[in-house]
Amino acid sequence: MARIDQNLYLKNSVVLLRLFIGWHFLYEAVIKLYNPDWTAFGYLATAQGPLRGFYVALTNESLIGTVDMLNTFTLLFVGLTLTLGIFEKWGAFAGIGILALYYLAHPPFPGAIQMNVEGNYWFVNKILIELIACAIILLYPTGRYFGLGHLFQPEQKTLKTENP
Amino acid sequence: MKWSRRDVIKGLGGLPIVGAVWWAGAVAGSEKGRKRSEILEQLNITPSLPSPVPAVTGDPIKIGIIGFGIRGQQLCRALGYATKAWLADMAQLAQENPKHTALADFKAQEKLNVRMAGVCDVFDVRAQMALDSFESDDNPIKRYRTYTEMIRSGEIDAVVIATPDHWHAPMAIEALNHNVHAYVEKPMTHTISETYALRDAARKSKALLMVGHQHRQTLSFKTAQDIVQKGTLGHVSLIQTNTNRNDDNGAWNYDIHEQANEGTIDWEQFLGNAPEVPFNKNHFFRWRKWWAYGSGLSGDLMTHDYDRLNCVLNMGIPNAVFASGGIYTHNDGRNVPDVLNVNMEFPDFSTGSSQKKGKEKGMTFVYSATLGNGFGRPTILMGHDATMELGNRLTVWPDGRSTRYADMLEAEKMHPRTPIYQYDPAANMPDAISSATSQYFADKGLMWTYINGKKVDSTFLHMREWLSATRNGGTLSCGIDEGFDEAIAAHMAGVSFKLGRRIEWDPKTETIIPIEGVDFDEVLLNR
Repeated sequence: MARIDQNLYLKNSVVLLRLFIGWHFLYEAVIKLYNPDWTAFGYLATAQGPLRGFYVALTNESLIGTVDMLNTFTLLFVGLTLTLGIFEKWGAFAGIGILALYYLAHPPFPGAIQMNVEGNYWFVNKILIELIACAIILLYPTGRYFGLGHLFQPEQKTLKTENP
Repeated sequence: MKWSRRDVIKGLGGLPIVGAVWWAGAVAGSEKGRKRSEILEQLNITPSLPSPVPAVTGDPIKIGIIGFGIRGQQLCRALGYATKAWLADMAQLAQENPKHTALADFKAQEKLNVRMAGVCDVFDVRAQMALDSFESDDNPIKRYRTYTEMIRSGEIDAVVIATPDHWHAPMAIEALNHNVHAYVEKPMTHTISETYALRDAARKSKALLMVGHQHRQTLSFKTAQDIVQKGTLGHVSLIQTNTNRNDDNGAWNYDIHEQANEGTIDWEQFLGNAPEVPFNKNHFFRWRKWWAYGSGLSGDLMTHDYDRLNCVLNMGIPNAVFASGGIYTHNDGRNVPDVLNVNMEFPDFSTGSSQKKGKEKGMTFVYSATLGNGFGRPTILMGHDATMELGNRLTVWPDGRSTRYADMLEAEKMHPRTPIYQYDPAANMPDAISSATSQYFADKGLMWTYINGKKVDSTFLHMREWLSATRNGGTLSCGIDEGFDEAIAAHMAGVSFKLGRRIEWDPKTETIIPIEGVDFDEVLLNR
């Protein structure tokens, strides 16, 4: 099996994956940042599945403002770190966390009503797939190859001589 | 550290993406917000909470319940008194399905300063059920054999009348004549002459009469009033209301109690002013199916829709009514129709106009009902500028040819298929509603309202308002004037259906324009 850092195509694909996930998060964050009317209230209040109580509790008037802000800034953090390629492990980690929260709020479990979805899902949906993609970013950081990391901590190009 | 050109490209490659995405997001985000606030600013709709009523202070109000059937038991629950059987059933349902919140909602209901002091029911089993459930050391409760005995006892401050329709007015009049407050179910009366008699009694009495159209307490209806008053819809020329039911319960084929017999039911008292017929369990439990005791679709269900709209629009009694229909879905011995269409004309009414003065005036109210199909046709108000769907949810769509919104439609800030206003206080609280009939009422906003995200029984709010007014004064949402409109409109529809003729109202003399040789009340009651 090819090691990722030895296979340039694979490595570039991971870079692309990282950039696109970053792009996705960043756009979601900026849209919310510039629309003062945006709130997660409806999304949380209609939550389903075993953790419904937790999500509904977040819609409490005293909490929802903070929840909205935390959500936007988490999205922003993930978006910036993944697109720029710096602190990307932290970004991927935060991405996994917030995607897990999204996944569990409206889990595509049999019996749950699928709200505002464009396809059909059974346990696995696009959120879960993006979550796994974030796990790949976490395990195979590429910021030092393409990203701000490259400027500050360029990766050591000693791999070719590493073989025994 | 020395950076090559290649290093810089690889290092800063993400920056243009950030720039582009940020720009696109900022444009789209602020556009979304701006469009919404522009529409909302133009509409200027403010959903209002029902005005709080002062609490009942001092001694508890002593309540007598007359008629402890399905509705009577619901009304008692609104007062805070549930039967043991109901509590057990609801506990069971909640255990089976955590989404079934009836018991939790009942327990969370604010306690009213009332005491259930008397019950009057001609069926021993039901009277006994009230005694068994509500009687305790600190709450003695008395069974009265007749309503007159209860009203004249001096031990009852207020009565709740949940009997068959033909008993509504006689009991309410008796109560008001003795200055006992009365809450009477809809339709307010069974005949036209009773409607005038009850109005006279209410006007003369020191006691307060409340008619049981609890939806007037629903938040969405108060918001709908605001929407219409602000001219959001423009001139409404047509209103479409419906009854769509397709089950036995919805067709009034209620269960017949196994202990019902001539020994347990005071049949003579049940009949009252109705024609003398031998003891008949079917008539007793399913009285809504006969004109002798009930009022058919026009009195039983259209009254809900008529009053819902009269509450929002205050359009009053129609100038003319034409109704037709038949017994097409439940040919089971009933004599009230199970399919009915009613057209009510309001030629002088207008909700305001965005067009040339004088161009628009007049409105038709259509009620269309079947007990043989449950497709949920919504209540729709059709205005020149917008269409509103009215229920527990409210949705307003702009009309593609609206005058008022022409500029916004042209600029594509509005779209005919996209609602410009949506109000759904219940959206966040899916709950299990037990039967098709209760879903029917819930969809129309007749059962629940949502205050600060909490589900509240609108009947509770309605009764609370009435009880508070008996002690503290204040206006009633559905007093005698609203009840008068409702009863007359229903009776005009009933008479029209039976005669197959157009029935007209003279607002100046406040009378139904007579038809030679026809006694309207006789027409209503017979057959």
